[in-house]
Parts: sequence; structure tokens; C-alpha cells
Amino acid sequence: MEAWKTTQRIKNGEDTSVEVVERVFENIKKHEKNVNAYITLEKEKALNQARKIDKAIKNGEDPGPLAGVPIGIKDSISTAGMKTTCGSKTLQNYIPPYDAYTVQQIKEAGGIVIGKTNCDEFCMGSTTETSYFGETRNPLNPDLVPGGSSGGSAAAVSYGGASIALGSDTGGSVRCPAAFCSVVGLKPTYGSVSRHGLVAYGSSLDQIGPITQDVKDAALTYDVISGNDPQDPTSNTTKQNHLQNLEPDPDVTLGIPKQLQEGVDPEIKQKTNEKIDKLRDLGAETKRIDIPSLEYALPAYCIISMSEASSNLARYDGVRYGHRSKSNEDWNTEFSKTRAESFGDEVKRRIILGTYALSAGYYDRYYNKALKIRNLLTKEFKQTFKEVDALISPTMPYKPFEIGEKINDPLSLYMGDALNVPVNMVGNPSITIPTNKNEPIGIQIIGDHHQEQKILNIAKAMEETK
Amino acid sequence: MANEKITEEEVESISSFARISLDDDEIEDLVPQLNEILDYFDKIDEADTEGVEPLFGVHGKKNVFRDDDVGESMSQETALQNAEKTEDGYFKSPRVRD
Repeated sequence: MEAWKTTQRIKNGEDTSVEVVERVFENIKKHEKNVNAYITLEKEKALNQARKIDKAIKNGEDPGPLAGVPIGIKDSISTAGMKTTCGSKTLQNYIPPYDAYTVQQIKEAGGIVIGKTNCDEFCMGSTTETSYFGETRNPLNPDLVPGGSSGGSAAAVSYGGASIALGSDTGGSVRCPAAFCSVVGLKPTYGSVSRHGLVAYGSSLDQIGPITQDVKDAALTYDVISGNDPQDPTSNTTKQNHLQNLEPDPDVTLGIPKQLQEGVDPEIKQKTNEKIDKLRDLGAETKRIDIPSLEYALPAYCIISMSEASSNLARYDGVRYGHRSKSNEDWNTEFSKTRAESFGDEVKRRIILGTYALSAGYYDRYYNKALKIRNLLTKEFKQTFKEVDALISPTMPYKPFEIGEKINDPLSLYMGDALNVPVNMVGNPSITIPTNKNEPIGIQIIGDHHQEQKILNIAKAMEETK
Repeated sequence: MANEKITEEEVESISSFARISLDDDEIEDLVPQLNEILDYFDKIDEADTEGVEPLFGVHGKKNVFRDDDVGESMSQETALQNAEKTEDGYFKSPRVRD
């Protein structure tokens, strides 16, 4: 059941939070052996929290907009006293001493953190197959990948193992699994949700976002987790009320970038076009749009994200936290062995590529050039939003494929993110909604900076079309 | 590989900068993969970026200052709780010299 309905029922006395949490754990018991959406589950802690919420409601208090709602948190987001592994061997025993800003906000809003969801190691992957804790499987069909890197979060919401889950999106990691698992995923404007407590992958691209069952829950969760946080120097927004202003709005001009149609599976094209047609019937106008630098967005994104990753992951030396080699040698040897034993193949590959792109002699050719492309792309997006209210495209170029099918072909997996990564390069918000219930195809609506309300309202109009 | 960009020796050298010790088999496996990916990266050479400045981040902020106030800090015990090796209330690092 959707979180907004769940919390209403709890507040009205039609349900208790304890009953809701118990029901979610029944779903988890039923599905988890096939899906593996969670790395850590904390049932007793969740029930204790639920009892407190029920007691507060009984006493006439309002515990907040997420009162009593069970929530999964991607295991790359810090939870005080609850293991945060990032899907990696190196952090398999790591217990953070603090909550991420978003987790604090969820707890203050009455949400109940029930566990930590599986993810690609350090969020590096598009299938949730690179996790040290085993792959997550798609609840719609366990032979298929759930998408990544927030695959555990999307899978949990999809099978009823959480009302809402948080994911993080560096190059599509909220939207890709949301599309593959037929749920809603919102990648907010860069800086509108604090990254404090999010384990960094590509700092200039990373953004925490909600994965939910419907658009209304996306607005509700976004309102809770967004806002100014002095702990994140890129924090750039104040609290707003998107839920209150959520109104289906089909009366818009939508841009269809031709570059975001290329290489898309014909069935996906057809399903997304049907959805666009329905919005057009309600009054939306559409325009073919040309954003020339989109052609270079994916390789430029790969270079920037891997360069930032190579720098961010330098902190895993095994001294202050994380796995440490038993080799007992000099600093450099032990440091190098620690990291060789700690990281999986995909993480090693990206660190090596990032180190190469930042090295003397190659910096200008790769990293600096990619940053220039980012500038061009940002200007072209700004110009485009003078002509249209939002952009629209399929979320993924293909449907979920079989577990193991592409894991040994990294370039092919990187290319699967082609429709997602431009949004992270320019910091814009984007929401994906399923084309139909239980159909693993998503359609994404991209807005200008801080235009979450606009894309939520368009998504709401689209969601209501049948 | 038509135009090999990165050799086994270079991968070994980069992995030493990145402090990840790779064995010979890993290096052998990585070289063709990295070359394929680097070939793909060359796509960016086609973009005309003459006179374009690099854009490091989209938030537009340069420096963010705060008052230099003393706040609450983590206890020593908390700070050390995730370390595998500690001694006398300190992190124990590998030896720096023989």
C-alpha cells in the first residue's frame, strides 16, 4: 500500500504501525529468499519504533507526515548504529556513528527505518550484481536483473518489502531500477537533498532520491528529505510543500530530445509513445528537440564519475575503518593489499580508469575535456527549458535482462545508462514512472533546476492516464 | 585492438598510484577491457570545446564559510569503534619505515 494511505490509516486508527511493520516483514519473509533486496534487517528496532509511534498517536500527537511508515534505506546511506556496508567487503562490519541528514529527516517525520537495501558495490553498477552480498533479483521475474545500483531499494518497494525506500542516483541509479521494477523514482535537483551521510561515489553527480509506489509518495518523501543542510556545502534549497501543491497538469509543452530516442528498443519506444499520446489527448503539446552535446554526455560522464570515484575511494586505507589486510607490511604494501582484498572487480576497474584520466599527461585529454562538455551540455539544457516545460524520454533503452548476461561486458553496461546520465551531468531533476502496472518499462520526465513541482504534476497527470 | 592505449606496464604503474596491488592475471584481464573503454572515451575528441571553460559542478557555489565555533565532537571511543587495529586510544597504522 502507498505510504500516504498507510500513514492516513495509522493516524485514523484503522491500522497500527506495529501491524503495518509486521505485514511488511511477512512480505519480506515470503519474497526475500528469491529477491535478496536487503543486506540488513532490524525487525525488533523497527517494532520498538512502531510502538512509540502508535503510543504518540494514541496520546493525540501527530508524529509527522511519514508516521508509522516502514522505510528501506540504500546501504550507501549512513544509519547510526545500523550497519552500512555499501555492498562492499571493506565495509561489511562498519557501523556508522551518525545518521545521514535524509535519515534524520525520515525519523523526525515519523518514518520507521526497517533495514538497509542491497546495492552495487559503492553504487558502481547498473544491475545490483556487483554487491559483495550477492545479487538482487527482479521481483517481477527473479531470473532478471532489478537494475542498479539502487536495485535493493526498488525491489523492496516493488514486492511490498517497504512502503518507500531511499536510493542514490549518480548516473541513473534511482531511475534505472525503478523502471526495471515498475515503481516510481525521483532524482532531485543536485543540492536540493543533502548528501551528508551518503557514501560518496561521484560527488558532483551524486543525489539521494526516493523510490516509491506512486507519484504522490514521491512528492511526500521529497518534501521530507529535501531542505537546507549546512553540513553539505552544496545544499541549495529550503523546505517546500510539493505534496500540497501536487495537481495533475497535462497542459504543458514537452520536448522530446531526438538523442534520447536513439538505440531504444522498439517495444519501449512504442509503450512510451502511447503514454505521451495519452498526455497529448489531454492537452499537452510535444516538440522534437535537438540537444547536440547529448552525443558526448555518456563518455564525458564516465570520465568525470570515475575520476571522482578514484579520489573519493582513496579514503579506504583500512586504518580508521573497513577491512584491513593481515599482511603486516610497510604502509604502501599493506595499503595496496588491503584495497586489493577489499574491492570487487568493477570498483577496481573504475578506480584504475579514474586514476588514469586524472594522471599527468592525460588530465587535459580526458577529465578537463569532459568538464568542458559538461559546460556545453548545461548551457544547451538551459536554452531548451526556455522553449519547453519539461523533456520526456524512455528511462532505459532496453528491458531487464537475465542475471549474469552482461556482467562481463562493462562497456555495454555503461552504455545502458545513456538516457539517464545527462541529467546528472547538468544537475536537473528527473522522475521515472512505469508505463503500466507491473511493466518493467519507465518513462522519464526531466525538469529545469528546482522544477520538481512541475515534473511531479506532469507525472501525476501521466500516472492517471490508463 | 586497433590502437592500444594502455599497456600491462601502464596498468601496473597506475595501480601502484591507486594503491591497489593487482596480480598478473588481473592485469592481463584488465588491459583489453580498459582499451575498449578508452576507445569509447575518444568520442569526446569530436566535441568542439574551443573557448569553453570546464564546469566542475552545477551548484555554482565557490566557497561556503561558517563561523569557527566549537561544537560537539565524536568521543574517542566512537571514533575508534570501526578500526581493526588500535592501541592506547589511537589508530594503529602500518609501519611507515623499517
